Amino acid sequence: MEAYLDNSATTRVFPQVQKLMIETMDEQYGNPSSLHSRGMAAEEYVTRAAQQIADTLKVDRKEIVFTSGGTESNNMALMGGAFAAKRRGNHIITTQIEHASVSGPLKFLQEHGFVVTYLSVDREGHISLEELQEALREDTILVSLMYVNNEIGAVEPIAEAAKLVKAYNPQILIHVDAIQAYGKYVIRPKRLHIDLMSVSGHKIHGPKGIGFLYLNEKVRIQPLVYGGGQQKGMRSGTENVPGIAGMGLAARMMYEQHEEQIERLYQLREQLIKGMSEIEGVTLNGALDRTNAPHIVSASFAGIRSEVLLHSLEAKGIYVSAGSACSSNKPAVSATLTAIGVDQALLDSTLRFSFGHFNTEEQIDYTIEVLQEILPRLRKYTRM
Amino acid sequence: MTFQAFLIKYAEIGIKGKNRYIFEDALIRQIELHLERVEGDFTVTKAYGRIYVNALSEYDYEELIAELQKVFGIVWICPVLQLPDEGFSVLAEKIVAYMGEVHPDRHVTFKVDARRARKNYPLTSQDINIQLGEVLLDAYPELKVDVHKPQLTLRVEVRDQFINVYSIQIPGPGGMPLGTAGRATLLLSGGIDSPVAGYMIAKRGVTIDAVYFHAPPYTSERARKKVEELASLVAKYAGPIQLHIVNFTDIQLYIYEKCPHEQLTIIMRRYMMRIAESIAKKNGSMALITGESIGQVASQTIQSLNATNEVCTLPVFRPVIAFDKQEIVTLAEQIHTYETSIQPYEDCCTIFVAKHPVTKPSLNVIHASERKLEEEIDRLVEEAMNTIETVVCRP
Repeated sequence: MEAYLDNSATTRVFPQVQKLMIETMDEQYGNPSSLHSRGMAAEEYVTRAAQQIADTLKVDRKEIVFTSGGTESNNMALMGGAFAAKRRGNHIITTQIEHASVSGPLKFLQEHGFVVTYLSVDREGHISLEELQEALREDTILVSLMYVNNEIGAVEPIAEAAKLVKAYNPQILIHVDAIQAYGKYVIRPKRLHIDLMSVSGHKIHGPKGIGFLYLNEKVRIQPLVYGGGQQKGMRSGTENVPGIAGMGLAARMMYEQHEEQIERLYQLREQLIKGMSEIEGVTLNGALDRTNAPHIVSASFAGIRSEVLLHSLEAKGIYVSAGSACSSNKPAVSATLTAIGVDQALLDSTLRFSFGHFNTEEQIDYTIEVLQEILPRLRKYTRM
Repeated sequence: MTFQAFLIKYAEIGIKGKNRYIFEDALIRQIELHLERVEGDFTVTKAYGRIYVNALSEYDYEELIAELQKVFGIVWICPVLQLPDEGFSVLAEKIVAYMGEVHPDRHVTFKVDARRARKNYPLTSQDINIQLGEVLLDAYPELKVDVHKPQLTLRVEVRDQFINVYSIQIPGPGGMPLGTAGRATLLLSGGIDSPVAGYMIAKRGVTIDAVYFHAPPYTSERARKKVEELASLVAKYAGPIQLHIVNFTDIQLYIYEKCPHEQLTIIMRRYMMRIAESIAKKNGSMALITGESIGQVASQTIQSLNATNEVCTLPVFRPVIAFDKQEIVTLAEQIHTYETSIQPYEDCCTIFVAKHPVTKPSLNVIHASERKLEEEIDRLVEEAMNTIETVVCRP
């Protein structure tokens, strides 16, 4: 049996999406900016995709800027937002558990005169609103929070946080990294006071190399990419029509029978949690109830290095991610696992299991069975 | 100036007596093989104890030189102007033009070093030296003569068909042409040292193949890919390398189960040497190569080397044995293996390493430990030998 349980890394593309993408490469290969009918036909795909996405968020389609993916969306929001607002101040607030595509650009901004406050999180990975309140300053220009943490699936209190920030100063920009949340949660940026929100195509059974940034129409940020002035100059470059069309359809599909799908993901999650909690020496990280995201389980396996377990599972057709890669010559300890206080000894023994549309109950049963079988064998040969 | 010809100088080959042609032919063959990777048409010819590379089409100078610098056996690469004999005054004119173009900065000391292979040339070597020197000094008064330690030597060789003029010498890697010194088997780990060791032995003309021990699931497919990548990098110099991949997991786990943990690495390495030797013998290899360096780690103390060496009957070449780590790193950077070597994947020597491994193993103690393996080890070694996977790593 094969069980791909690494859907937070990437997902299999919906067959309907694949078909649509081929259409845009084979028959409708025009450049959306061309004046002729081929160009207009291609533009149609882009407009339709923007509309499909806008419909899932209840926003205007003009507020969707297509990018090369989640990383670019995060970079664009943070750098573009910070540089556009720098006359008002230079203070940015974020959390200790952000993805590298947020912490990376913030580090760059720090090197260019911006000051960043990193909020701590509790054992389940949640920020404290009190700490956020205290962190706000007169010169705060931007608050960037992730909706769902990519390693443990913690869900941050976006609505409350945004309300609190806007009450303090409505000019502060709110950016949300929703890369792990979009498709799992019904998100209403307007109601939540979100100004900027990053999404990736390939986490929602769409293609790689495409993503978007929701950019509230009232908000002005600096573009990152200059050139031919496409997308109203916000992001130059010929639009990635196959990717955009594919992501648009995938977005629509993610929100069809949405409640049933989320229920199914939660059931898979609870099935795996139940199975693993019955195995000796397994520690589950983050919240186990439905306050956590439906598609992520983080588990630590005492005495076994994550890479070894990962490859042992791989040999059985089960694909997962190592929570924190750590090897003899390059320790790379996970900021999230450290921030939620995972035991030092378990940091290098943590795996992430993440589900998607194509996973089944049988696959979860199989995974539990395999774990029961191989864990004792691997524990016999532990590193001294 | 676009050079059409390159004079290839080699050193040690010259002293191999009657076998000289074997080495020269091997060098020509190796140059030809390397030139296949350079865009353009070239010929490689031998004439009067000289090897020439001639360009028959346009080519990229940097690319050509970089490739020739990977051919073992080449000591100097000299871009050379080949002129027909049109009389001395024409020759002098062309040499003045050559100097103007090739050496824009002429605030240097120089001398002319002429040789006359064709004895009926109207001027003697000494005449050529003096007369060309004068012509050059007239044309470029900023030049200064120094016949003892010149900064620039302009060489003029009068040969039967043409006159060679050159003043640039680019160093080659030295060593001996590949394929002239038999075959040896390299234990390739994925670290910094073993690719360098392989390079150094190949440089002496030895054809190499390699053995890699992997231990899934303790080592990853990526670690194996990294080793294949390293073999391919070494192959840029040493030619295609056969890489034998041995699954070592069961042997390693068995040793772990039966033997004292602080002796693990030594016993494991003894089995690696035994297996490598069997592979070597099967493939007509007459030596093993390792990247060991005295005292670098516990398993490379002189006592540990003694213990691992004991199981081998073939000579074990350890070309970096007396190198400091930094010296090995410098060489690894030169041959461009360093970047790949430092990718952080676990190799099978580190996964079970004890906190305090023995540094001075006694042979008696090791023998006693190995006796505990008697029951299963032969079968496991045989199984490992039977499941070897061989891939060819090309440049």
